[in-house]
Amino acid sequence: MTWSEMQPLLEQGTVDTLYMVLWATVVTIAGGLPLGILLVLTDKGGLLQNRPVNKVVGAIVNVGRSLPFIILLIALIPFTTFVVGTFIGPTAMIVPLAIGAIPFFARLVETAIREVDHGLVEAVQAMGGGIPTIVRKVLLPQALPSLISAVTTTVIVLIGYSAMAGAVGGEGLGSKAVTYGYQRFDTTFMLVTVVVLVLIVTVVQLIGDGVVRLLARRGRTA
Amino acid sequence: MPVPDGPRVAHSTVTETPVITTSGLTKVYESRGRQVTALDGVDLHVREGEVFGVIGQSGAGKSSLIRCVNLLERPTSGTVTVDGVDLTALAGKGRRAGKDLRRARSSIGMVFQHFNLLSSRTVKDNIELPLEILGVSGTERSRRALELLDLVGLADKAKSYPGQLSGGQKQRVGIARALAGNPKVLLSDEATSALDPETTRSILQLLRDLNRQLGLTVLLITHEMDVVKTICDSAALMQHGRVVESGTVGELLATPGSQLAAELFPVSGAPTGPDRTVVDVTFHGEAATQPVISQLSRTYNIDISILGAAMDTVGGKQIGRMRIELPGRYEDNVVPVGFLREQGLQVELVEDEDTVQDIAHVLVKEGAK
Repeated sequence: MTWSEMQPLLEQGTVDTLYMVLWATVVTIAGGLPLGILLVLTDKGGLLQNRPVNKVVGAIVNVGRSLPFIILLIALIPFTTFVVGTFIGPTAMIVPLAIGAIPFFARLVETAIREVDHGLVEAVQAMGGGIPTIVRKVLLPQALPSLISAVTTTVIVLIGYSAMAGAVGGEGLGSKAVTYGYQRFDTTFMLVTVVVLVLIVTVVQLIGDGVVRLLARRGRTA
Repeated sequence: MPVPDGPRVAHSTVTETPVITTSGLTKVYESRGRQVTALDGVDLHVREGEVFGVIGQSGAGKSSLIRCVNLLERPTSGTVTVDGVDLTALAGKGRRAGKDLRRARSSIGMVFQHFNLLSSRTVKDNIELPLEILGVSGTERSRRALELLDLVGLADKAKSYPGQLSGGQKQRVGIARALAGNPKVLLSDEATSALDPETTRSILQLLRDLNRQLGLTVLLITHEMDVVKTICDSAALMQHGRVVESGTVGELLATPGSQLAAELFPVSGAPTGPDRTVVDVTFHGEAATQPVISQLSRTYNIDISILGAAMDTVGGKQIGRMRIELPGRYEDNVVPVGFLREQGLQVELVEDEDTVQDIAHVLVKEGAK
């Protein structure tokens, strides 16, 4: 393949990948953040200590994390069809991507929030703050740098997943690499796709680290 | 912040109204099937406008006690009343603090050993936090925060982050934050234990000033006798979950054999020879204004040596203890000792130096947790 032949394929692939990853990230945060908070609050000694809820949510998260993504992708086909109307294409891929990443992200959120000094929670309780206040004004702002790192890691995992989704009817760079690089034995195209993926991952990591550093410079993590 | 005009008389803010009362307060922790009693029937009475210090070693239960006062810790039994409100009744059964308890808490300020400031907020925003919880409007919050910063001497640090402040400055922010909701009561949980001696003094001075200026009642817990010495009107000694001594500094002094009095006003010194009488004279109350020692010396024509003394002048009255030595055995000194007692002083014979030393070491301090 010549460069001029590769270019439109790469462009389309990149746009599809970014589209899938972006929306999957949004859904993952929307689902994983409350789940992670719930895991901390319902844990033993937590503000909403509740053994049954904690065990059930913990178990679901663990199952979600241990399923290989490719299996999840196939197992979710009926569900994806039910939600989106089809299981093929970038929009349909958002469903399995988000469901695959939510348990992963929830655990990262849990860890980030657990790191918040319990003394701060007590201080706000002593001021008369309730649980919503504690979550909004203490846990989330104090854990923000760790949460940003968690989002960065999750986006990178999603980029990897999205390449896999290419094998099961998704679009994006992964799908292009499989169709043109692997099945047509075009090693050059394969390499170029990999380079583009590496570039995207690097940029995401740089942005994430930059934001964390910015927060640290404001004296947040001091 | 209104500051009363005119000369301030020491203890002027103390009234007889109890503002914090605990009765039969018990806290039992359950850990792996074993029961640990942290509080064992604690009755505490803190009067309005006083600085009340609870002292004890680590593990004596003083931390559990102060955390039970605003119900951060649920007492196993007993009641806590703050400013006429029975907090234990508001607490309900569940683990979560209900609306009523949270409202009551917002009128009790609390400062912590490790300051517990939000590193994600500026100093000013930290002080505004309790006001946000109270639903105070933005402009009013801002005005109040700046006023409080001025009060604690940090007017120029409004936009700094806690990470950029020294320990003493952080605690000043902690105090400003605790005062944001105009509390009647301030709880201090080892507020100076993480600070160096000089900073400790300045923070204690600030607490003292606030107590006098605002009529703020302060309940503090500490393991440092110096804290009690410096600012407390009253003190309680805790051991093994119980209050073993409690009262105003004057009352403690008047209690024979009081460990707290011995620590607050330590005197030592051994007889300079045989056939000497060593007595500890305790000064408190009205009699302490007279120059009794020189009167004694002149009246009975005896030479008196002062072996040691720990005296303070509070509100024009001397309080404290003095160890003096009189010539001759005790039997020979019945009349001079009687003279001292007639003056309203408390006189105790020091028979064995070792026992006195023992008492002084009962309170050997431990480091902060």
